[in-house]
Formats: sequence, C-alpha cells, structure tokens
Amino acid sequence: MRTETETETGTAAERSGRTGAVPAPRRGRTGRAGRAPLSEGKRAERRLGWLLCAPAALVMVAVTAYPILYSVWLSLQRFDLKFPDEREFVGLANYVTVLTNDYWWTAFGVTMLITVVTVAVELVLGMGLAVVMHRTIVGRGLVRTSALIPYGIVTVVAAFSWRYAWTPGTGYLATLFGEGAPLTERASALAIIMLAEIWKTTPFMALLLMAGLALVPEDLLKAASMDGATAWQRFTRVMLPVMKPAILVALLFRTLDAFRVFDNIFVLTAGANETSSVSMLAYNNLMRGLNLGIGSTMSVLIFLTVAVIAFVFVKLFGTAAPGSTDEGGRR
Amino acid sequence: MAAADTTAAAKWRWGLLDVVVVVFALVPVLWIASLSFKTTATLTDGNFIPREWTLENYRTIFSTSQFVRALGNSIGIALIATVVAVVLGTMAAYAVARLDFPGKKALVGVSLLIAMFPQVSLVSPLFEIERSLGLFDTWPGLILPYITFALPLAIYTLSAFFKQIPWDLEKAAKMDGATSGQAFRRVIAPLAAPGVFTTAILVFIFCWNDFLFAISLTSTERSRTVPVALSFFTGESQFEDPTGAICAAAVVITIPIILFVLFFQRRIVSGLTSGAVKG
Repeated sequence: MRTETETETGTAAERSGRTGAVPAPRRGRTGRAGRAPLSEGKRAERRLGWLLCAPAALVMVAVTAYPILYSVWLSLQRFDLKFPDEREFVGLANYVTVLTNDYWWTAFGVTMLITVVTVAVELVLGMGLAVVMHRTIVGRGLVRTSALIPYGIVTVVAAFSWRYAWTPGTGYLATLFGEGAPLTERASALAIIMLAEIWKTTPFMALLLMAGLALVPEDLLKAASMDGATAWQRFTRVMLPVMKPAILVALLFRTLDAFRVFDNIFVLTAGANETSSVSMLAYNNLMRGLNLGIGSTMSVLIFLTVAVIAFVFVKLFGTAAPGSTDEGGRR
Repeated sequence: MAAADTTAAAKWRWGLLDVVVVVFALVPVLWIASLSFKTTATLTDGNFIPREWTLENYRTIFSTSQFVRALGNSIGIALIATVVAVVLGTMAAYAVARLDFPGKKALVGVSLLIAMFPQVSLVSPLFEIERSLGLFDTWPGLILPYITFALPLAIYTLSAFFKQIPWDLEKAAKMDGATSGQAFRRVIAPLAAPGVFTTAILVFIFCWNDFLFAISLTSTERSRTVPVALSFFTGESQFEDPTGAICAAAVVITIPIILFVLFFQRRIVSGLTSGAVKG
C-alpha cells in the first residue's frame, strides 16, 4: 500500500484528467500548477470538491470549534450551576484557582505518569506483537483475531473484568501479591489502571506498527542476513529506520489517546486515593461540583496541554508526522 | 530471517508466542464471561471457571428496563451515527482522494486535529450548550459528537481505500457506452463497497465503545447507553449484588464486537493499518 510514491504521480495526472462531463482542454500534468484562468472543468471540479466536503467540515467545526471557544468564554466566568445567579465575569481568576490547586497537579502528574509508562510499554509490546502478527505462519488468523478483541471490546467492559479480577474474594488475581485490596492502594491501583490501559491498546499500537513493518523490503533483510548481520542488528539497522514514520505516527496517536484516560479510572477506582486523571477531575467538577466555570477552565488547560504535546511531536519529527501535508508523510 | 522461519524449531518458537498472545488477549474476556455464568453462591469463590453454571444473570438483566432500554439506545445511537458518519465521510473522502481543490489540505488538517482532540475538553461546554438547545439527554445529543469524532477515522480510512481503486475502469466503462450513473453503479460502487463497509465497522466500534460523552450528556434511561447503564447498576437497590448482572450485560455488549472480529478480521486489520499510515 506504500507503493504510493509511484502511483501518486499517476493519480495526479489522473486527477487532472478526471472530469468526465466536460471535454478537458489541454492542461499541464501537474494538477494545480495552472495559473492560467481556470477551465470550466477545473472550476466544476473545485465546486464538487467543496460541496462534497462541506457537510463533514461543517459538522466537525460546529461540534468542536464552537464549544471550545465557548469553553474559553465560560472559563473566564464565575459560573456555578448551584448558584446560577452569581454568574459574573472574573477574568483569569479560575485559572489561578485551578493552577494553584493541589488536586489539579496531582491529577496532572497521574495523567502524565500513566501516559509515559503505558506508551513506553505499549511501544515495546506492540513492536513484539507486530512482529509476531507479521511473521507467524501457523495460526496467523487466530493471532490477529485474538489481538483485535482488546482493541474492539468496550473499555468499560474490560475495566469491569479487571476490577473483579482484583477484587478480594471474587477475583482470580486478588491474592497474587498477598492479602489486601490492590485497588484501594494508590501504587497498586495505578499499576492496575496502567495494566488495563496497556492490555486494551497494545493491539492498536501493534497494528499501526505492523503497517510500517510491511514496508520493510524482504530482500534488504535477506541481504543483511547474508552479510552476517545478527537478528538484533537487522532489527535496529534495517527495520527501525524504515519503520520510523510508522512508529512516530503510532507514538503520537497513542500519547494523545493515553492522555485522555478516563473509562478505566472511572470503573477501577473512580479516582479514589489520588488516582484521578485530568479527564476524571474535569468530569467530577462538572457532574459532582456542577461548576461550569472551573470545569471549563480545566477543559481549556487540557486542550492546551494536548496542543503542546502535538506541537512538540510535529516539531521534533517534522514532516514525518501525519497530516503535516497530504503527501509529506510518505517517504 | 525468512529462511530461518521454515525450520521446525522456529515454527515452535513462533507457535509458543502465538499462544502467549492469544491467552493474554482472551483471559479478561473469558473471566467476565465466567463471572456472568456463576450462581450468586459461587460468585465470590475466586475460581476462574464457574463451579455451578446458571443463566439467571441474563434473565435478570433482560427483565429490567434499565438494561433493555440502554441496549436499545446503544444500538440505535451507534447505528444512526455510523450511517451518517459513513455517508458524510464517503463524500469527503472521495473529494480528498479524487479531486483537486483548494482547501483540501485544510480539511485533512482539521480532521487530524479532531482525531487528536481531547474529548473531555468538550464535556463542559457541550453539557451547557446541549442543555440550552434541549439536546441534553437525547439521542441527537450523543449522535452529534459521535459523528464528529468518527469523521476523521472515516475520512482517513476511506480516502486510503479510494486511492487504491483503479478509477480508469470508470473511464473504460464510459467508453464502452455506459452512462456516468451506470459506470458508478456497476463498476465503482462494487469496488468501493468493501472499503465503505470496513469503515462502517470501525466507526460502529468507536460509537459502541464511548463512555465519556455518554455519561456526561445523558441523565436518564431515555438516552443512556449500555456502558453507562453498567456503571449505574452498582447503586441500584433492585440488585442485591450487581456483579453478576454487570457481567452478563458486559458480555451481551461484547457479542457484536466478537462477531465483527471473527468475521471481518482481515478487513478490520487492513482498514486500521491503511488509514493510519496514510494519515
């Protein structure tokens, strides 16, 4: 599927040749280079393109851009649904409140910890799983099918399974590390949350990596092998460089996804014993605290954090990151 | 490496790894299924395999409106959101894959941003906006955010599929005298259908899975989906011990996922990998 580099030029030519209805006047091979007045067919193509994209674009912008702007507006107000009459503009006071609050920083730390640990572990496990899924001969379908189950299963369902597994008396894992209730102690609870996250999302990571693995030319591996490269050398010198773009994409997506961790914590600990993530905290603030001002402030802060993470990724890895341009991601 | 794979020892090694993967992936699923078949008396024996089997838990959940309504909501909301997202996504993906127009990169960029968007950031503002629009605790109130977050997935996956279609066939059909409509119906639609279908599965799984929006934007049985209803079983007095009921309900909503995975493993894998790399 990554033969795209050749076909890309093909599709560009095709694209400019695609008009069907109107006999296209002669036009350069490079689709959009035409500085000359647009031909009728070209204009029809543009109009059709806009028309087809408009509904999707409208929905996406209406449901995200407007609320996030509204959320900025709400975050500048004192707005507690329990005291709706006391709504007033307070400037950045909410930000001061949140950023000087211990709960926020604890939750932020927990979220960061979960993100870093799970993504790191998933990268290693995911790579292993990708190699297994890619290489295995016997039972390939079975392995792939089983690996897809964690990906597809409802997170809440998996979380309940883990919760009952670790519940003393009920679970098969509860006495694994001696007596006590692992979910009621901070360190072990966080470990279980991370385990649940890793179980659920490693297959996704592996699938993304497998796409990269498919790009590694078999001949290259064979040649390296003939030249006496060990398996580890083949992996680090041949496979990793070819897979770099796929790895970066997988890392970016998983990092941002891990940062949103909510379902597992909600079911496993409900945020008790300082195991709340920022998502959990923002949710609790809204639903239990009914404080829209503070809740929106957290929304904005989480949004900014994610934006910074994404920005750093794209800056560090340049065009290797997805979407920097339509074509740029492929090399 | 490929040469070494064919030896018997290597086969065994890979086979062993396969077993590890399969066990690791299936144990939590089998565990919750096992719990759902346990009787109240043996529920807390900690055994992985039930000592006494019963269907009582399933009878219980299907006799409560709490679960049945939630199941209806889950199915309805996920199906509608999937259909709308796939239709809108197909239109946009066709344009992205086939047409040349200014703003294409912006669209791809916006969908990428939304794929990375922290959904919790929308919870507070959407809660307030939906309350004032009367969308709070309704089907459309959930369907809208689902469509929004499913669209990037749909657009990426579909445009990757569309780029692989040999569009020359369309021209060839027209040259043979087919009308545009015929060329589309007879030639292009059958080629595009697998991609559209795969995307629909991925989008459905996404909607089926959501918990955050479902718990924040609903408040009653009217629009609560199963994952949310599950987490509320706990506090209900009608269940003495909700564990069995929760597990049974969990198994019920896992069945469609298992079916998808069993029957469409190949498609799901190709959909996920192509969409992701093309991204």
